[in-house]
Amino acid sequence: MIDVLYFAWLRERIGVPREQVETSAATVADLVAELVAREERYALAFADRASLRVALDQQLAGFDAPLAGVREVAFFPPMTGG
Amino acid sequence: MRLSVQPEAFDPGAEANCFAAGASGAGAIVTFTGLVRNSAAGDLLAMQIEHYPGMTETAIAAMMDQAQARWSLIDALVIHRHGRLLPGDVIMMVATAAAHRAEAFAAAEFLMDYLKSRAPFWKCEITPAGAHWVAAKDSDEAALTRW
Repeated sequence: MIDVLYFAWLRERIGVPREQVETSAATVADLVAELVAREERYALAFADRASLRVALDQQLAGFDAPLAGVREVAFFPPMTGG
Repeated sequence: MRLSVQPEAFDPGAEANCFAAGASGAGAIVTFTGLVRNSAAGDLLAMQIEHYPGMTETAIAAMMDQAQARWSLIDALVIHRHGRLLPGDVIMMVATAAAHRAEAFAAAEFLMDYLKSRAPFWKCEITPAGAHWVAAKDSDEAALTRW
């Protein structure tokens, strides 16, 4: 089980701020592929991968990063702080 | 160094005075205060700021450590609000204390550039037409390359 978090418009498109996902995905990209195959709302939310960022256990990572040992995956649009 | 991510309003003047009083040995203090800017049409009702509790603090603390090491800061302060803000409200402030002004200015600019693009905050503008998420600017991402 892995905790998956969504923020900003991604959270709105998917409809939940976080969920637990049963997965054996090896990488972030594999996890996204599993989610996208699951339901239309995920396909819409993840349609433009280039406009999304990912964090693994609260550290920025790439879509090719391995998920082994990761407890929390977060997806979000580019940050707009300051 | 102090970092606060909070929904509550704060007084940047009082914070700046308190910061200065604690920065013994500093020859220069730079402070920056960011406000909620109105929309071009002047019809902004509110700005909703979402963040990623936990990662926000970790990411900003890492930026502050980096700034302190690189510019030999005597002290640094970051306060950033989240939640619902109104036009003109103070969103955030950065303060840096160093021996000389060049270091204090550079560290403050570095922290601002990183807060814009690497701290997990997302701004949503609410106008009479509805709510829309503010898009990140390419220029903000490009600003990081100078560091």
